[in-house]
Amino acid sequence: MKRFNAFVLKEFYHIMRDWQTLLILIGMPVAQILLFGFAISNEIREVSISFVDQDNSRYSREIRQKIDASNYFKEGVEIYDTQEVESYFRKGEIKMAIVVPEGFAEQLVNEGNGQLQVIIDASDPNTASLLSNYIQAIVQSYLDEFNRGAKPPFFIEVRSELVYNPELKGAYLFVPGTISVIMMLISAMMTSISITREKELGTMEVLLATPMSPVQVVLAKVVPYLLLAFFNAVVVLLMGYFIFDVPVNGSVPLLLAEMLLFIVTSLALGIFISSITSSQQVALMISLMGLMLPTILLSGFIFPVENMPLPLQVISNIVPAKWFLLIIKGIMIKGQGIAFFWKETLILLGFTLFFVVLSIKKFKIRLS
Amino acid sequence: MIRVENISHSYGEVQALRDISFEVKKGQIFGLIGPDGAGKTTLIRILTTLILADQGTAFIDGMEVQKEYKKIRSQIGYMPGRFSLYEDLSILENLNLFAAIFGTTLDENYHLIEDIYKQIEPFKHRRAGQLSGGMKQKLALSCAMIHAPNVIFLDEPTTGVDPVSRKEFWQMLKTLKERGITILVSTPYMDEAAMCSEVALIHDGQFLDIDTPEKIISKYKPLLYRAKSSKNNALLKEIRNSGWTKSAYLNGEFVHFTVEDLNDVNKIRVFIQKQEIEIMEFKEVNPSIEDCFMDLMHSPTE
Repeated sequence: MKRFNAFVLKEFYHIMRDWQTLLILIGMPVAQILLFGFAISNEIREVSISFVDQDNSRYSREIRQKIDASNYFKEGVEIYDTQEVESYFRKGEIKMAIVVPEGFAEQLVNEGNGQLQVIIDASDPNTASLLSNYIQAIVQSYLDEFNRGAKPPFFIEVRSELVYNPELKGAYLFVPGTISVIMMLISAMMTSISITREKELGTMEVLLATPMSPVQVVLAKVVPYLLLAFFNAVVVLLMGYFIFDVPVNGSVPLLLAEMLLFIVTSLALGIFISSITSSQQVALMISLMGLMLPTILLSGFIFPVENMPLPLQVISNIVPAKWFLLIIKGIMIKGQGIAFFWKETLILLGFTLFFVVLSIKKFKIRLS
Repeated sequence: MIRVENISHSYGEVQALRDISFEVKKGQIFGLIGPDGAGKTTLIRILTTLILADQGTAFIDGMEVQKEYKKIRSQIGYMPGRFSLYEDLSILENLNLFAAIFGTTLDENYHLIEDIYKQIEPFKHRRAGQLSGGMKQKLALSCAMIHAPNVIFLDEPTTGVDPVSRKEFWQMLKTLKERGITILVSTPYMDEAAMCSEVALIHDGQFLDIDTPEKIISKYKPLLYRAKSSKNNALLKEIRNSGWTKSAYLNGEFVHFTVEDLNDVNKIRVFIQKQEIEIMEFKEVNPSIEDCFMDLMHSPTE
């Protein structure tokens, strides 16, 4: 045990003394969360629009007020001619123009239907369709007020109730996603690099010629990274809670336990990688291509698994992060208990066991 | 203390060791001497249980290298050819780590490594990566000795170390030997053979000879001459061209060559003078281990 402790201490020295790497490891989750939270956001807030009011009637002014009153839009430049709209799109000053044609009020009152033209910059298609939905909703609600008292001949109202994430916040998606990426990165990549470094520098050879068994060497190596990954995951969780109001609706101890399980899965993957290569570079490449990319792209973090073509859906099943995301989203957002994802938990346990056994089989008590 | 029986080993097509057998008695410094690629590292790795021999076996203090590798590992000291300690840890941290690995402490075994360690102790908080070559060797030897091993294996400990540190290092080995520790050391430097109690000249995976350095030299038969010129390469070429020499090679700043007959020496001298090569020195010399090595390498092994 004393031997093991001395070895863990040595690993801490390695990590502490390589302060550049340490800084990246601790700074990265913070940077990632802030990036996802503030920069890469497809929420609609204070989008610049222009109102081209060619009618200038009571109704057009009321609609304009209604739109301005929402937090979603703010009025940019004043435009009087629809011909000018495109030039402002080009300059990027506005994203949308609402044109109220001349005679709008007259038609509305006389014929019972009016026509608004909405021109949207669709160079970002997701934002464009969101803007279109928002504006339709606002106009619809104006119409409801307008019609109050009068009885429309026939009317169906679709009321969507958004559960779990009523405000459609992106943070609900990226906080769990970032946690899984960070844990995969620190646990799997750093462990595999740190083990292969010993092989490359020849220190593994010296260690092999001592009574220390390779399994002990690797276990001692894993301890600091386990702590580091866990610390980072908690930081991301806290940032999500305090900065982006992402709640933990389910049990916190359960969440922490599942996070620990995923860290161990990642560590097992890292150990496995280091058992099939003895070069730091190769370990880094395998971790990045074989673990990081699938964790970001195939886990459902950014692209929903259900929307993928069938072959990718099948492949996504062997990405541990996919299962972890289901678990962590279930706990944090839906407030589920273990009864809802014991299958996923078992799958993660299975992964872990598989890679640990495989690595132990590949562990060498001798060189080459 | 060390007994090697008919060990052969190959890496794919390359035969690294061919049927090697020898014995090292307790308290000896046994030198494995040969050029790079001769098989020294392979042999040491087999003896330190790091690789398995294809054929044959070896015993360290009565323990078999394949079956009893765990026991052997806790009782031997090993210093690989490349500096293989943690460069980002200090001298003291490296020592404490290796002490802990062997279940001992620096204080407990301080007396064992005192002679070596006290030379680097003033720098004990310096990181190993910032030490000079000589200091690194002392640290590595201290780490290999911290658990009081009876046998230590040193793979080319003096390669890349300055001449002064090399001398110091051999002095330290002598002290360890006097304490009864068995030392197996490999080196490509032939001049270091004289410091060993017994040496094995190894070439191309085979032992050319095993004996005390003195006996190896006394077995040397041919007449050995050395010559020197401002153009040694040209001189060497002409000596070979003359046809009266058995073998000729560069040795430091001299050309060494062997003859079987005294008459041949004069013939060579005349031959060279005809080639208009200025000769600065031309005389008979006593053979060194290197000359023995060259001679054994060229003569068919019995």
